[in-house]
Formats: sequence, structure tokens, C-alpha cells
Amino acid sequence: MNMILAALIVMLVGGFGALLVRSIPKIANSLGLGGAVIGAVAGIVGAISVLLSPHAVNSLRVPWSVPFGSFYLAVDSLSAFFLIPVFLLTGLAALYGAQYIWTPQFKPMIASHWAYYNLLAASIVMVLVARNGVLFLVAWELMALASFFLVTMEHDKVSVQRAGWIYLASTHIGTTVLFFFFILLGTKAGSLDFDRIAAAGTQIHPHATLLFILALIGFGSKAGIVPLHVWLPEAHPAAPSHVSALMSGIMIKTGIYGIIRALMWLGPPSVSWATTLIVIGCVSGILGVLLALVQHNLKRLLAYHSVENIGIIFLGLGIGVLGQATRLPVLVVMGYGGALLHTLNHAIFKGLLFLGAGSVLHGAGTLDLEQTGGLFRRMPWTGIAFLTGAIAICGLPPLNGFVSEFMIYFGAFHAIQSNAALSALPAVVAIISLAMIGGLAAACFTKAFGIVFLGEPRSLQAAQAHESGAWMRWPMAALALLCLIIGLSAPLIPAMLEPVVTEITGFSLSSLPNLSKQIQSPLSLVLVVSLIFGGLIGALAWFRFFRLRGKSKSQTVTWDCGYATPTSRMQYTASSFAQPLMALSVGSMLLKKHIIKPLGFFPEDGSFNSENPDFVEGRFWKPSFKGVEWFLLRFRWMQTGSIHLYILYITVTLITLLIWKLW
Amino acid sequence: MLNLSALLYVLLGLISAPLMLGVINRTKAICGGRTGQPLLQVYYDVVKLLRKDVVYSRTTTWIFRVGPMMALGGLITALLILPCGGAPAAFKFSGDFVLLFALIGIGRFFTILAALDTGSSFEGMGASRDALYSGLTEPVLFAVLITLARITGELSLSSVFANISPLLWSSSAAVLILVAVIIFVLLLTENSRIPVDDPNTHLELTMIHEVMVLDHSGPDFGFILFGSALKMWIFSALLIGAIMPVHTGNALIDGALFLGGMLLTAVTVGLVESTMARLRLLLVPRMLVGATAIAAVCIFLTLK
Repeated sequence: MNMILAALIVMLVGGFGALLVRSIPKIANSLGLGGAVIGAVAGIVGAISVLLSPHAVNSLRVPWSVPFGSFYLAVDSLSAFFLIPVFLLTGLAALYGAQYIWTPQFKPMIASHWAYYNLLAASIVMVLVARNGVLFLVAWELMALASFFLVTMEHDKVSVQRAGWIYLASTHIGTTVLFFFFILLGTKAGSLDFDRIAAAGTQIHPHATLLFILALIGFGSKAGIVPLHVWLPEAHPAAPSHVSALMSGIMIKTGIYGIIRALMWLGPPSVSWATTLIVIGCVSGILGVLLALVQHNLKRLLAYHSVENIGIIFLGLGIGVLGQATRLPVLVVMGYGGALLHTLNHAIFKGLLFLGAGSVLHGAGTLDLEQTGGLFRRMPWTGIAFLTGAIAICGLPPLNGFVSEFMIYFGAFHAIQSNAALSALPAVVAIISLAMIGGLAAACFTKAFGIVFLGEPRSLQAAQAHESGAWMRWPMAALALLCLIIGLSAPLIPAMLEPVVTEITGFSLSSLPNLSKQIQSPLSLVLVVSLIFGGLIGALAWFRFFRLRGKSKSQTVTWDCGYATPTSRMQYTASSFAQPLMALSVGSMLLKKHIIKPLGFFPEDGSFNSENPDFVEGRFWKPSFKGVEWFLLRFRWMQTGSIHLYILYITVTLITLLIWKLW
Repeated sequence: MLNLSALLYVLLGLISAPLMLGVINRTKAICGGRTGQPLLQVYYDVVKLLRKDVVYSRTTTWIFRVGPMMALGGLITALLILPCGGAPAAFKFSGDFVLLFALIGIGRFFTILAALDTGSSFEGMGASRDALYSGLTEPVLFAVLITLARITGELSLSSVFANISPLLWSSSAAVLILVAVIIFVLLLTENSRIPVDDPNTHLELTMIHEVMVLDHSGPDFGFILFGSALKMWIFSALLIGAIMPVHTGNALIDGALFLGGMLLTAVTVGLVESTMARLRLLLVPRMLVGATAIAAVCIFLTLK
């Protein structure tokens, strides 16, 4: 706890210290970076020590003048588990960011960047350690505002302004719902301190379903579930890349944290909750990956993949809740465990992919897939890092993504084998969605990696791309290595996650020795088979080397059916790669074509272009906001601009409230 | 746990997988009134390719060279999880089928990347189609697995296949027949056979798999050819395992039954190829969606 408090202070000092010396960018940069990195190291040490000794007292409670409870901070193993990726990614992304923002374009903003960056990291930590509703909401709002200012760093661009606006609106819709959530909890429990809320079970349980829905909307809008996801594809591309990594890797996970925390208070869950979570996961996962598949902007594509991965996490949570509702410990451990591990994994590989995308932007000057190509030769480090992230996010062995998806699959199959029809059905939905997401994610990331890094350059700037500097490369290398390490430590994972799952659900793995064997041995064998796979690749490589020794290896052009002058314009593009999907009926939802047909004998203009608007935004949110606007316009007559009237409004409101209170 | 006797089946798979392609080709030749290539032609081809020199496109990177190894390595490793002839596989654990298909998946991932690495539009076309179809086959595959897990009450491929008994056939014959149909459709799709893809042509309009490997040569192409034989072997073994009700416990009889089933599968694939035309590309997703619908029916039949 002390280490984590120290981490918070160091981060804030570094960030605001940078503001004080903003006239000297070099010092400001080092100060901000130093604060973030030292804070991150201290924080990781603190979080790990909490995980290792979960029974020690890790709290700080000070009375304060704000009503409904005290200034109360604590770290339990759930918080500590979420804190690890927070500190890890904060530190690594800061190292990367220090070089990334050292450009003429960002230089004037370095000091304020570090202030907001460190504030964002600190507020995420505060969200995770706050144990009082008011404190939590303050930290939540700080987190939203700090990230808003980071998203709008390049606020002279129209697209960034639009992104910032959408982000601000959607985050506040979520926060409003959370206000209701905490007010309802507080009035039932009599206090907003989390321990009192947890103790007030019987007062809360009658309202559990309503609270569950409020938590889903409020926290879900931060996590980015469909249809509340519309801010992600806007905000992530607009923000500087290391900030996107931070936002997508960890900030949206506070939504997952919030939902788990809420589930801990709401008492024994029902199958219908599990079904709800799984349906949300299914819709978010499949729509997320479909929308990702049609994007042309690399960071937008990655943002939609965050929606998809949040869907996978929801599927895991759903399986865990299903296990609680039907009293199957395997489901609880594998469902919650898979969801938690995927949260950590996603922070790592999505952080890695966003940093890789930033490196592409830095080196090739564009994120447009159709302008890139062939970057692997010029940016080998970034390429390998991005490839590792891509394999991991597709859930392929032996990297970390496979382990968490395997755990969720395992839990779901267990549910199918042992449950009655009604509670097996959600598990069926979970498995089919996971399978579909897996297949389409592979399609999407072969596209992303293949179009950007392989083939021939599609533009001059791609042909002249350059590799990023060491400060940007090493954080990516570290994250890529972590993907492999977590993948290879699969058998240790249930034991590592056990205190967290026990904290959430009360199910204890160690009290069921048979169960731990049931869970442990598949994961051990997964590792064994993965190692054999690695060995076989090595053997095949050796065999191939042996066969090719002394043989001629000639170089020529790609086979082109005899055509003499192939150009890079003849290559398959990102759009053409996704075209077969567009040709299906779902495609019409995702694609808008603008065609001007050439007319007459001597046609002058003809053009074709297509775009992929988010149909949830276009068909759901736009009409809704139009409706709200229409409604609010009815009250326009109240706004006269005359200050006397406004004072009258205030007075009338105050008197009304007084009368209402005194009645 | 490691099961040594199953390693014999791994060896058998490695040795006789190319023969399945030979049987398919011979069946097609007989149906077409031709003599056809020798039964062992695929072996000759693989050996010849392993001896040859290689030619690389200047566009390609090491991804292109690694792709075939990844695909073959994944498929050979998958043999370790694949139960054959009533015997449990070398490795057997709950949820092993997830790993089996992930191993095939990693090969596909790298094959697609290797195709995109050439920068050719033909290979891009194949890559794009393969990526889409795998997205469509994956849910069907898992729907079949759900059905099998549900009716047998088992979670590892070896135990699932061991529990397919005459008794189970008598109680859920309809489900098992539908499962067989779906696996056969998946077999044709995943192995790029008619009616999904035509393995004989090299024209960009007809193909998925063949067009993706257009630029490979020498040992790399040998790996690919051998890999496609193994893939055929794996999917046929899944088909036989999912429907074979007779488990005598005698390794020789069970083995003979298994090999007979594999032979029959190869002949059936040959007959389908001889009697059907390739579907238009746009109709393939429809076929796969149809298979999804049948799979959904299967699941609902088991959820009673």
C-alpha cells in the first residue's frame, strides 16, 4: 500500500513538475518520464507484494468532510491484479512516449502532455484503490478528463475535435449512470464506503437486477461494449500512440474492474445475468471484429479490436457467473480466470500493437493501410513486435492470447457437458462466438500485418520509411517478450489467479484438490504440446537448411503470369482483402459506396469511393441525439440571456428545494 | 498423459497420408476413364521437391520462407492430439480439440502471410478467400464439437471418440449422421477440394489454396504438399472417429477398421470430385452458412 501511495505521489510530482519547467522542454521531458517510470516500478513492486501476501492489511482510512463515508483507500488482490498491467504499461508507454513526442509538432506541448499523462495514470490507480463511492467517482472523472486532454492534444485538427467531443459526451453519459448506481447503493447501504456496501448485502439484494443493469451501462460505456463503443474508434486514432496504448490497454479495463466489483456486491447471481453478459460479449466481439476487418486506418482497426477483446472478456465473465449460478467451481475458475487473464493479456498485446502502429506512423508517416506496404524490410524491429502482437491477439499458441481463450473455451465446454439445457445454452453461444471471433480476428490481423509490412510499398513515404529509435523499440520488445513468457507459463496461471478469483467469488481452488488437478493438467499439456511444436519448427528449419546447403537460391520477380512490368499498384489492397466479406449480406451494413458513373460517349468524370461508417453510430446514436436535440430545443424560450431571469430561476429552485425538504 | 502406442499412429499418419491423395486421384481417374497417375505419385513429388533448388521473389522476406514450416509443423504436432483407430491419442486432455484447431490455425495464419508477402494480386486473392472461409468454418467446427461433447459427455477428443458406441447410434442416430455430413463438408472446404476449390487448376479465378502457394518452390513447396496430405489425413480421421461405433479393443481389428474408413473417405472425396462441378465462389459462403444451420439443428437436438 505504501509503495502504491508513493508511486502515486511520484507520478503526480513528475507530471506537475514538468509543468513548472515547461520553458525547458528537455528537462520537462525527463521529469515527466522519470515520474512515470519510477512510479511504475514502485507500483509494480507494491502490487506484487499485495498479491503475494493477500491477508496483510492494505488500507488507509481518514475521515473527511465529504458526506457518505470516509477517505478510504485499500488494495485487495483484485485491485492489485489490475494494478500490475496499469503500472507496467504506464512505464513502458512513457519510455516510448518520451521519444515519440520529441518532434517539432509535439514539442510545445511536452510539459502539459506529461502533466496529463501522469495524471491519467495516477487517476487510473486511484480508481482501482478507491474504497469510497465519492472518491471513486472523483477519480473516474479525473481519468476521463485527463484522457480527454490527451486525446485532443492536436486540437487544431477537425477530426481530433470531433473525436474529443464524442469521447467527452459518451464518457459523461456513462458517469451519469454511475451516479445513479452509487446513489442507489448508498441509500440502501447507508454509506458509500465499499466495506459497508459489501456488508449491507440483504438491503442491496432486492435491487440487484436494477443495480446490475446500471453497472453494465455505466461501466460498459468505459469498457466499450456495443452499442456504447462509438467513442473508441474515434478517440484512439486521435490520441498520440502511446496514449492510445494506455487508453486501450488499461483505461477501458477499469470498466471491467467496475463490473467485477459490482458483481461482488450484488449477491448470488442468476443464470439470466450470465446470459446477459454472454450476449453482450457475443455482440461486442463479433461486431467489433467485423467492423475492424473493414477499416483502412491501422489505429481505427486496433480500436475496433479493443471492442472485440472486451467482448471476449465479457464471455469469460459470463461463464464465471454461470458457474456461480449453477454451482460449478470449474466454470468459476476458468471463466473468471480466463476473463482476468485476458484483461492482462489484452493490456500487453494491445499496448504492443498500438505502440507498433505509432512506430509505423512515426516511420512511414501514415496510418492509411492503402499507403503502406513492404515496411518489414525497413522496420524489422517494429515488424517483429507487431507480428508477435498479431499472433497473440488471434489466440494462437504458444503466446498468451491462446491461454486465456483456452481457459474460457474450457469453462464453456465444461458447462455444456454438465449443465441442464437452459444453462448450457449460454455456453453454446459463448463457444460459437469465440470460434467466430477467432476465425475473423485471424483474417483481420493477416490483413493488418500483411498489407502494412509485407509486399511492395504502395507510396513513396512507405518506400522511404525508417525504423524508430531505441527508446521506442525496447518497450515494444519487452511487451513482445511478455506475450511469450505468459504463454509459456500457462500451467502456473490458475495458482496465480486463485487468490483473485477467491476474492471475487469466495470459491477456493485449494479446498478442492481434485479440481486443481482437473484444471492444471490440461494447461500443462498445452505447454508440452506447444514446446513440441516449437521443437518441430526448429527441426524443420534445420532440415530445410541442410537440404538447401550448396543449392542455388535464385532471386527473381514474383510470378506474374508473364507480365513484364509489375507495379505495386497491382497488389492486393486492404479493401480488396476484405471484399469477399463485403460481398456477403452482412457487408451491406458495413459499406457505403459512392459511385459517379461515367456517362455519354466522351465521359469526363467518373469516380468510385467507399467508406465504412459505424452503423451503430449512424443508425442508433445519431437519431437518438437528434431526438434529444429536438426535445431540448422546446426549452429554448427559457434562455433569454437576461441575468435577472437567471437569478429568478435560481431563487425559485432554491425555494422549491427548501419547501420539499421541510415538508 | 503421453501414450506411447499412439505414437505408432502418428508414424502411420506421417507415412500414409500422401497415399490418401493418391487414392483420391486414382478414383477420379477411373471415373474419368483414365489410367491416372501412380498411387504413390505424391510421395515422388514430395521427394523430388525436397531435392530441388529454390527460387525466391525479390519482394519476399523471411516470412515467406517460414510460412511452409509453420504450416507443416502445426499439422505434425496436431497428429499428437489426434486419436486414430479407437486408441487414445499421444496426448489426451480436456479441451485438447481447441489446441488441435489452434495448431492448424497457426499454419493457416502463416500461409496467408506468406501469400501476402509476395505482393502478387493472385496470391492476395487466395489469401483473402482463405481468411474469409476459415472465419466461416470455425464456428461450424466448434458447433460439431459442442454436439459431440454434449452427447458423449466427454471433453477430450480421445474420450469422445471412444464413447461413440452402437448404443449411442441407436439413441442419437440423426445427430450423428448430421455430424458426419457437416464434418465431410468441412473436410472438403478445409482441404480445398471440389465443390469449394479445384485442386487441379492454377487459374486465379478458381482457386483458394493453390493460388496462395504459387510462388513457393523446392523444399518449401514439398513441405506444403506434404502438409496438405496431412491435413486431409487429420480431417478424415476426425470424420471416421466421430462416426465409428465399433471398438473391439483389439488393436489390429480396430486399426484395420480405421484404415478401411480412411480409404472409403478418400474414395468418397474422389467420387464427389468426379461428379460435381466447382461452386461459384459466391455460393461457397452459402454452403458454409447452410452447414452452420445444420450444426445449429444438431445442437438443439442434443439440448433436451
